[in-house]
Amino acid sequence: MSTQDSTDSSRDATSTDDVRGGTAQRMEIETNGPPPPQLPRVKVRSVPRARVLGLHVLLGVLLLLTLLPIAWLVTGALKLQEDLFAYTFLPEGWRIDRLTFSNIFRLFEEIPFFRVAANSMFVAGATVLIQLFFSSLGGFALAKYEFRGKRPIMILMLMTMMIPAQVMLAPLYQMIHHMGLMDSLAGLIVPSVVSVFGMFLFRQSMMQIPDELLQAGRIDGCSELGLYWNIVMPVSRPMIGAFCLIAFMGNWNSFLWPQIVLHTSDRFTLPIALTQQVGLYEQDYGVLLAGTLLSIVPVVILFLLLQREFISGLTAGAVKG
Amino acid sequence: MWYRFQYRYAPYLFVAPFIISFLIFGFYPIVRSIWLSFHLTAGPETSVFVGLDNYTVLLADTDFHKAVRNTVIFAFFSVFLQLPLSLGLAMLLNSRLILGRAFFRLGFFSPHLLGMVFVAILFAVVFAPRFGLLNVLLSHLGAPIERDWLGTPELVMPALVLTALWLYVGFNMVYFLAALQAVDRDLYDAAKVDGAGPWGQFLHVTLPGIKHVTVFVVVLSTIGSFQLFELPYLMLNNGPGPDQAGLTVVMYLYQNGFVTGDLGYASAIGWVLVLGVMCLAIFQLVLGGTLRRNP
Repeated sequence: MSTQDSTDSSRDATSTDDVRGGTAQRMEIETNGPPPPQLPRVKVRSVPRARVLGLHVLLGVLLLLTLLPIAWLVTGALKLQEDLFAYTFLPEGWRIDRLTFSNIFRLFEEIPFFRVAANSMFVAGATVLIQLFFSSLGGFALAKYEFRGKRPIMILMLMTMMIPAQVMLAPLYQMIHHMGLMDSLAGLIVPSVVSVFGMFLFRQSMMQIPDELLQAGRIDGCSELGLYWNIVMPVSRPMIGAFCLIAFMGNWNSFLWPQIVLHTSDRFTLPIALTQQVGLYEQDYGVLLAGTLLSIVPVVILFLLLQREFISGLTAGAVKG
Repeated sequence: MWYRFQYRYAPYLFVAPFIISFLIFGFYPIVRSIWLSFHLTAGPETSVFVGLDNYTVLLADTDFHKAVRNTVIFAFFSVFLQLPLSLGLAMLLNSRLILGRAFFRLGFFSPHLLGMVFVAILFAVVFAPRFGLLNVLLSHLGAPIERDWLGTPELVMPALVLTALWLYVGFNMVYFLAALQAVDRDLYDAAKVDGAGPWGQFLHVTLPGIKHVTVFVVVLSTIGSFQLFELPYLMLNNGPGPDQAGLTVVMYLYQNGFVTGDLGYASAIGWVLVLGVMCLAIFQLVLGGTLRRNP
């Protein structure tokens, strides 16, 4: 990515006329191999500057449209009740001094926010950690060992990936009921300890670990479990980051299952508390927006930390497989 | 000796936690839901075998028809409106002439960071009459500011599609962009040598180059949009909305299974959903030629 960016900027600095020259330059930087075979020189229409500018303007407008609701959310959460109706974004003349935390304080009065946020954090954290352990260990076995039953396992799991999970709601509800886990945070964690997606993600990335590395570990007297812990997991760190973020985001936004399982308000997770207790009935939109804003902060922080890994993890399955 | 023993049995030990919990919380519930769908239930405890009754009742259930129609319309727009826009955006961003591509990519992707639930809450307010963002913006173009998007049956589906566009166009763009960047640039030069115009290059270089990702994204979007629940449920005040304009298959499943308490009927709805999604997904995979490559 960085090499591409630098190519772009250097290209722009020189001229935007010769498109083929840019390609040759890119090839050299990216491959480091023998120079690409010379293609016959073709006359390429030059790209007018106006069109380049137009593309940027178009993208800028689209980006603005994308970011508008987010800006509206942030300002709405921090505006006075009367300003929320009077001004679309900031109060007239960018009166930043009219912004307030009053919505946030009202939110804290309406729901036990820190309790609820801690519930969400605990459920998402525990689920992701267990999923990470199970699916990375399983993915390692399926990537690096040959054993009986490997193929049936893979086929079974590929098939279940295409089945909408909602079909399992009724049986899971019965199971959780019989296990006595209704209305408990454990009832949210227990049924979601398996991540088939995670298993495939780890299998795919661990297949690229060279066998020689593992063999060298064995010669040094490392046990198989020691290989997993001392070699495979450290090498897979980017994929671990990607998986944790993707799984955490999914869990943080989990709504249907918690809605079914939880009944007591001090066990609610953020989505349930916000939608059931703050609600739209009272028309107190400022509080609702404040709650939404606070709820997305952890995900945004995690994303900023793990951004690079996230994109590669997301597209790993799609591009290579 | 110990080494050989370990090497032989380690993989079984490693997959065991995953497989055991998968069998309990993945495989068993799927099989169990087939069994449940042949039963009349009241709550989690009581059930009576009724054969195919749940399915025959379901096929004649007009509310279910409505739910299926709404879901199919939404899925249609997800695939045929959202994905072309994602691809278009990705192609714009893939151009070497664009400066700050990483910045644009992050910007377009950012709605996804909010997550489905919080986007639903936010857009319930965006679509509000009088001060909601959309009406305020549209009022500059002369539209009425009092329009109640989520209170008017005909406007509910457009509102849902618009919200999904905002949430997913940038997300799917990331997939297309990754695919486009993997296409060999020399192929474009070769196509130019052969006299192909922009459209010809798109048809003969771009499309074949991103075929696998396209099939992947189409299948994922289809499966995902058939599971539509949170967006309409939360945007429409914990319900199907005016005139059930936002009733979806999963919402109907939820209402029957966990509001009314008929787990058998809910399972039957679930299995109709599974069969529909599986047929569509397999059809798409065959159309995309993906199944032929990996028999």
